[in-house]
Amino acid sequence: MTTNGRRVAVLGGIRIPFARQNGPYARASNQDMLTATLDALVDKYGLQGEVLGEVAAGGVLKHSRDFNLTRECVLGSKLAPETPAYDVQQACGTGLETTILVANKIALGQVEAAVAGGFDTTSDAPIAVNEDLRQVLLEANRAKSNAQRLKALAKIRPQHIVPQIPRNAEPHTGLSMGEHQAITTKEWGIGREEQDELAVASHRNLAAAYDTGFQDDLVVPFLGLERDQNLRPDTSVEKLAKLKPVFGGENGTMTAGNSTPLTDGASAVLLASEQWASERGIPVQAYLLDAETAAVDYVHKREGLLMAPTYAVPRLLARHGLTLQDFDFYEIHEAFASQVLCTLRAWEDPVYCKERLGLEQPLGSIDRDKLNVRGGSLAAGHPFGATGGKIVGVLAKLLHEQGSGRGLISICAAGGMGVTAIMEAA
Amino acid sequence: MADRYTQLVNTPIGRIVSKQIGLPTPTPLERYKPGQPVFDGPVLLGASSGGTLVGAAAKVLAAIGATVHTPLQEEARQAAADADIEAPIFNPEVASEEDRFKALVFDASGIADSAQLREAYEFFHPTIRRVRSSGRVIVLGRPHEDCETPQAAVAQRAIEGLGRSIGKEVRRGATAQLIYVAPGAEGQIESSLRFFLSPKSAYVSGQVVRVGTANASWEGIDWERPLAGKVALVTGASRGIGESIAEVLARDGAHVVGVDVPAQERELERVTGRLRGSSLTLDITDPDAPERIASHLLEHHGGVDVVIHNAGVTRDKTLGRMNEEQWQTVIEINLIAPQRIDRALFERQAIRQNGRIVLVSSISGIAGNAGQTNYATSKAGIIGIVSAYGPGVAQRGVTLNAVAPGFIETQMTAAMPIATREAGRRMNSLSQGGLPVDVAETIAWFASPASAGVHGNITRVCGQSMIGA
Repeated sequence: MTTNGRRVAVLGGIRIPFARQNGPYARASNQDMLTATLDALVDKYGLQGEVLGEVAAGGVLKHSRDFNLTRECVLGSKLAPETPAYDVQQACGTGLETTILVANKIALGQVEAAVAGGFDTTSDAPIAVNEDLRQVLLEANRAKSNAQRLKALAKIRPQHIVPQIPRNAEPHTGLSMGEHQAITTKEWGIGREEQDELAVASHRNLAAAYDTGFQDDLVVPFLGLERDQNLRPDTSVEKLAKLKPVFGGENGTMTAGNSTPLTDGASAVLLASEQWASERGIPVQAYLLDAETAAVDYVHKREGLLMAPTYAVPRLLARHGLTLQDFDFYEIHEAFASQVLCTLRAWEDPVYCKERLGLEQPLGSIDRDKLNVRGGSLAAGHPFGATGGKIVGVLAKLLHEQGSGRGLISICAAGGMGVTAIMEAA
Repeated sequence: MADRYTQLVNTPIGRIVSKQIGLPTPTPLERYKPGQPVFDGPVLLGASSGGTLVGAAAKVLAAIGATVHTPLQEEARQAAADADIEAPIFNPEVASEEDRFKALVFDASGIADSAQLREAYEFFHPTIRRVRSSGRVIVLGRPHEDCETPQAAVAQRAIEGLGRSIGKEVRRGATAQLIYVAPGAEGQIESSLRFFLSPKSAYVSGQVVRVGTANASWEGIDWERPLAGKVALVTGASRGIGESIAEVLARDGAHVVGVDVPAQERELERVTGRLRGSSLTLDITDPDAPERIASHLLEHHGGVDVVIHNAGVTRDKTLGRMNEEQWQTVIEINLIAPQRIDRALFERQAIRQNGRIVLVSSISGIAGNAGQTNYATSKAGIIGIVSAYGPGVAQRGVTLNAVAPGFIETQMTAAMPIATREAGRRMNSLSQGGLPVDVAETIAWFASPASAGVHGNITRVCGQSMIGA
């Protein structure tokens, strides 16, 4: 990063198409998906047998046995087995956070080239044993004699067969992310139609991205899937208007059409120092200028669970003397259409900007024609850990094609967090 | 206290019966008690695009410490931010039925032509049925004569019809007012906003009030005791509305000098003694009364800040049956005496800078009343005093306003025949009579040092009576 240390080059990204839960990837593991993605990246940039500085990747839903998943994937990939790797988990921000982590090491001169990525499967999800049963089994394990062991095991009851399935809920509030966002949506007065319009634009833009060949070197087919399974090129506001609300009660405005579905997939991005890239003749698509991660206290302070990016972005802008309007592209992760709309509305709102963000003036509006121009998560789907890598890959290519300009990334994450970054054309 | 009918229809059975047979169901009105907040409950602050009063309104609401919501409207959001109010957004599309407001405040000043009146519709249409019991609706506009274009003048004048009609539509003791704020008088609206938002204005509805520019400053005012250190003269202070005026002005911190006729001396002393004021017994129609009042005020208090011409009598008879004395008594006490007293006070320079004169007119003076030709003439004359002397006293830094009470529950109205009394009580938007304190509170609003811009108003305290409207 130019802010501190060397410039960090984004050379490009790749991903597998995203599949809906229990779709074509129902039997694919996180390891299968990330390994396939890493190999596609290796093929794209001719990295067979290369020792890279590191590979950082992560996902939200992982089996306990996958403690070193990314390293296992590297060992199974075409990269040199001497490439170190580690796992990262920051909910939906994981893919962008891994990008930031490896970028920082490149900026500091600790590594020359690295891969950042992410993955998630909601189909091949980890299922844990019943918590009560787990206690019984651990007690049996601690037993010193067979008699003690039998006594412990005798506590097993029929209800212990019910397993613990991962829930999409905030541990501190017990509310699902959708329920949290429904509160924020209502607070910001976001209507149904504007959400559906945003969803339609997402599908239309992603469909166009495939039709015009933009996705050709960004997406590689996997298990017979060539495009994102969730993509509905022919959807319309009229069609979406027929859907019943799924969050926010009967009068809610959030539907399956304007919320992202549970999805499986993986993505990866190649970052490097400028020198490393030029030595290999790999063109630099963009530079990662800076990044900022924020968190809000949604538990005690009436903050919206997914509003942390609204805090991160102004800090990022201030650091570089930029305004919100100084961008050619805005990549705002569409966890829910209303999350994007709440974020934009908050930045336009004098009250929020002054009272919460401590700004004298609102950040203002953005040109909506620059928002998620190649589609967003509503169309593509959102395998939690994979979204960041997908977005970095798309934005790098957009900036590269334009040959100039600047892009803003904003990703909201569970736990009241938000990960944001600025990229500039090379 | 509510009248018997109001008490009856507010019992569980009374409510059912009155609803079944379509009787008016007056809501017992909330009234102010010292120490309570200006009002309790959230307020929705809206604005027309280009509205220039919402900022001043937001500052007042912030000073009150009100919970303010705003629609997603640029001027309103900016105003809230400028006033440091963390205002939640109200969007009727997604609001639940439980989202109700104690007050709706709408800045209509940006409405520059008749088509833009639609913005007032858009604000009130989804919110008018969200006004709570004893709620308040306040519309802010610009005086049409100060508008830059005829189109704007027409639109601003049109808002009067809206404000008055809202007063007739809101239920359960809610009221509605329109405040026309002159250009440059934005900083003068606080006392009026506080009054019309609070239970002090319980029986005032459908009024159009004008707030103009003023030089006076009231920085650091104690809103609990705005008249602290002030001297207030109240004529006819021994009973009824006059007693109530004396009580409210004393509560607001004033030293009250009560005036009444010698026959009322004991009652007067009882009132002023209780209020730690002082009394002056004389007949205000005596030739030397004005001089005696001026001398008394100058000698004992160095002058006077607030003058309330409350003393008044009725001598009801149809004109053909009325003798000359009945005519003349009413005219002399109600209309001539206030003019003479004011002249003497000004001549002796007894009225201090930023002084206040408040007269008591009547609905009869506006509408006329059979059997009250003398009274109605005198009370219409009071309105004449406000318009004729207003500009002159304004030059001396004094404001001149009048209240026009409607049906107020007093000994006088208690003596009326039942049919006349019930008609007077029910034929208004609140379906009940007012109390003397309602008149007194309105007078106290005029009397406040913060009301320097409130000048030349005839404000009815009548529950928006149909009579004379």
